[in-house]
Amino acid sequence: MAASALVMVRLRNLFAVAMLSGAFSLIAAVLYVVMDAVDVAFTEAAVGAGIATVLMLSTLGLTKQEEKIRAGSPLLALLIVFVTGGGLLYGTLDMPHYGDATAPINNHVAPRYIEKSGAEVGPPNIVTSILASYRGYDTLGETAVVFTAAIGVLAIIGRSRRKKMGAPENRPEHDREHDREHDHEHDRGTA
Amino acid sequence: MTKPDMMHNKSILRVVSKLLIPPIMLFALYVQFHGDYGPGGGFQAGVILASGFILYGIIFGVDTARKVLPAWATRTMLAVGLMIYGSTGLATLIMGGNYLDYTVLTGNVKTGQELGIFLVEFGVGTTVTAAMTTIFFTFAGQREDDEGTENPTQ
Repeated sequence: MAASALVMVRLRNLFAVAMLSGAFSLIAAVLYVVMDAVDVAFTEAAVGAGIATVLMLSTLGLTKQEEKIRAGSPLLALLIVFVTGGGLLYGTLDMPHYGDATAPINNHVAPRYIEKSGAEVGPPNIVTSILASYRGYDTLGETAVVFTAAIGVLAIIGRSRRKKMGAPENRPEHDREHDREHDHEHDRGTA
Repeated sequence: MTKPDMMHNKSILRVVSKLLIPPIMLFALYVQFHGDYGPGGGFQAGVILASGFILYGIIFGVDTARKVLPAWATRTMLAVGLMIYGSTGLATLIMGGNYLDYTVLTGNVKTGQELGIFLVEFGVGTTVTAAMTTIFFTFAGQREDDEGTENPTQ
């Protein structure tokens, strides 16, 4: 994992970086499985390694494959990264050990979920009952976030696309026909 | 690398993706409806289902994929999924419980919670599928348009 992260920092070919970040997510998913968090691992594998990589690649199709070399010294950026990383590492010193029975997280609501969710909610997968029932508001909020993300993409890129479609003067005939098909799609989309 | 014109001619990719897409969608449905018993749920199922459509879009071109899943369909799904979730909560409110308290749906803890979770997860799955496909198709469609303007004789 660390190796793929370091290689990603060094590489200038963005295609390779996108593929490596997918591999990074896949290793992270394996790590979650090792920690018995299968639901999280599932999401990481599907979203991090799958969809995110595909979205990166489709974005790469819009830009160049090589990263531009920036003028100026990277020292300030390096300093910020080190200070932030150091702060985060310092923060973990105070955290309880993984699997510690006396840790606050294992004594707050978790015992109640484990003992009573079968009678109070039902599903054998406690994660599902927490997500959909105990924490139903949170999941509603998350769904709204996903909805907003898609709406945002449509609002930013979807519109510029339509504008381009509206100006087909200097293009050959078959391309213009292509446009007309798209316009129909848009009409139906907004109807 | 994901240029649709290039991908059209790769017969191995076409055949393999044709073989793979039905199991991907079946697996998505399994994850969606088996979330109560195993890992998974609406979110993961939505992403997997969307990846089926996205794979189709990469191999056969966005316009072909748009015939299967037109823009109006994904936009409707996007909103309908969230509305299913929200209106499940409203239904519990109307039936005299708290917002998203599924027990009042049938008056019985076991069946009520099961129905509520089913509806809510279905809403999540619908919205996530639509969101992921919308984002991908919007990006990919953008690229095809750019290519069209750069190289009109194509």
